[in-house]
Amino acid sequence: MSSNVNSVSNVIKVALAVCAVCSVIISSAAVVLKPMQEANMLLDRNKNILAAAGIFDATQHTNADVERLFAEFTPRLVDLDAGRFLTEDEAARLELDAATYDQQRVRNDPEFSDALSGADDVASIRRRVKYSTIYTLDSGPDQYDLVVIPVSGYGLWGIMYGYLALESDGNTIRGLGFYEHGETPGLGGEISNPRWLAQWPGKRIFDDNDEVAFRVVKGGGSGEHQVDGLAGATLTSRGVENMIEFWLGDLGFGPFLDNEL
Amino acid sequence: MSGMKEILTKPLFRDNPITLQILGICSALAVTTSLTVTLVMCVALTSVAAFANLFVSVIRNHMPSSIRIIIQMTIIASLVILVDQVLQAIAYDISKQLSVFVGLIITNCIVLGRAEAFAMKNPPFPSFVDGVGNGMGYSLILIAVATLRELFGAGTLMGVTILPSVANGGWYQPNGLMLLAPSAFFIIGGLIWVIRSRYTEQVEQDEFVMAPHTVEGGAH
Amino acid sequence: MEHYLSLLVSAIFVENMALMLFLGMCTFLAVSKQVETAIGLGLTVVFVLTLTVPLNNVIYSYVLADGALAWAGLPEVDLSFLGLLCYIGVIAAVVQILEMFLDKYVPALYNALGVFLPLIAVNCAIFGGTLFMVERTYSFSESVVYGFGTGTGWALAIILLAGIREKMKYSDVPEGLRGLGITFISVGLMSLGFMSFSGLSL
Repeated sequence: MSSNVNSVSNVIKVALAVCAVCSVIISSAAVVLKPMQEANMLLDRNKNILAAAGIFDATQHTNADVERLFAEFTPRLVDLDAGRFLTEDEAARLELDAATYDQQRVRNDPEFSDALSGADDVASIRRRVKYSTIYTLDSGPDQYDLVVIPVSGYGLWGIMYGYLALESDGNTIRGLGFYEHGETPGLGGEISNPRWLAQWPGKRIFDDNDEVAFRVVKGGGSGEHQVDGLAGATLTSRGVENMIEFWLGDLGFGPFLDNEL
Repeated sequence: MSGMKEILTKPLFRDNPITLQILGICSALAVTTSLTVTLVMCVALTSVAAFANLFVSVIRNHMPSSIRIIIQMTIIASLVILVDQVLQAIAYDISKQLSVFVGLIITNCIVLGRAEAFAMKNPPFPSFVDGVGNGMGYSLILIAVATLRELFGAGTLMGVTILPSVANGGWYQPNGLMLLAPSAFFIIGGLIWVIRSRYTEQVEQDEFVMAPHTVEGGAH
Repeated sequence: MEHYLSLLVSAIFVENMALMLFLGMCTFLAVSKQVETAIGLGLTVVFVLTLTVPLNNVIYSYVLADGALAWAGLPEVDLSFLGLLCYIGVIAAVVQILEMFLDKYVPALYNALGVFLPLIAVNCAIFGGTLFMVERTYSFSESVVYGFGTGTGWALAIILLAGIREKMKYSDVPEGLRGLGITFISVGLMSLGFMSFSGLSL
């Protein structure tokens, strides 16, 4: 038996058999489980959007409510350079669909994103996508009760990703939520703490000259354009401020908010 | 059957993979900031170790020695992919927190180490039990570390607040160090001390013993 | 250029693979008793990481990722679930080839490394390097820098620890802590020290 085991034919046989069995098992698992996984990712993203908008309350809602609550939102595509919605023709030409477009996947694709120069890259994200999906709560044709925009910026350890919800004036904040970050737990990680996030609703971003006046202030932010920073997390707090400055500025959603809201 | 019991319980204290065999340490340090995540990791690793041992043992007599290691790794990798896919399907939040560490079970020395050291030489059922035993030894240490880190670092256990933290209106000022990298090392060092004080046969012998000073003291 | 420098510094110091991300711990703790062996192992790790991370990047970008097979006329295919298996296979193959190459052309180095070379194939630091590269979707050049950086960081950490352990041979360590226990605590202190690099960026 032992002399057979090491023969070339046995090596090939065993290798092929193991490969075949393993491939069948994991491929089947991947194919069968894929719909569940995709549903999970969608649920997760929608829950984050609802949480940022202050609509999803973890104490009263469950995952089952997410679909119902999110159904009221409409995903739309925004052309950041042009500062307006993408028209249906343009979307068709680019083969983009608001419901399925994943801006995270194309963030390094030169066809769908631009590199940012050092001076422009206030939030240190290095590249900015050309088209972004936003989520609106419509109250009428061209009338938006609520606009949720994706924001991102470099904190201390890596890029923080979140959603910012704005009222119909495009200036007052309804809420903020981070769904992914690598900040230090207990310090910068407090950006996920609901108590810190609770100071955001009602604050305004732009001043009377339409400039981004929003600041994260160390030691206490009381003005309508300020929020209190995080103790022991200077760089994370600065990262949050830079994030708002970039995405609400001229290279982000600034022109869009000017034009459409 | 007492042989099975021995195989199952030895890795808990006497031959613990982490504190004695120096295996599987990476994940013990990285995922233990949250007890829930740790429990999932423990279940994942124990299942992979047990089934990998089982499958390797089943084909051990047909395995050519030239491709032995790669076949073991293929089996382990396939099992881990399976676990990863299942986790993404049924516990998405936790799989996000575990991120790369589920994949790292493939190179987790416990799994490969036991497959090579035990499963290659023993029948399937004892191999399976050995995998479970080592998985449990690993889990024991991980759960101990995670409990300490989450409780004192965040005041919660599995998300349930035990010590209300100051940031949330309570009295407990969380020990931030517990949530950071170095604390895991300190805690495991401490655990090793405790285990070896009880099971003194695990104490490492000094490489040399310093002889008493022979020269009469004086000049210095 | 400064982006790559920043990535390098981050990989070596800020996100040191051994001390901050805890990868490659088993060999890290087991092989750090002497500085010479630590240097040998460290250099091997640098070499293997610099080779495997870009190689896996190419495989990921052109074969496994969602839509990666577009050049072969199969844009709908998503083979990313095979990733783990592929990467470990590539790493094992690279290590094996490296071993054979060194044996034939640089026997001195081959003998110096001895048993470490095969051990590297299952070192989680090597595998972790690839996994992080995939998770952060680095480009090819970033992968090269990242692979080299993480390897150097790991090598730096193990050489430092070996130096400390050599000094500690003369210390009077309590029985229960002797050997592994005090090593853990030393590494913890080193990790605390490396945390001072956090926030460093160029």
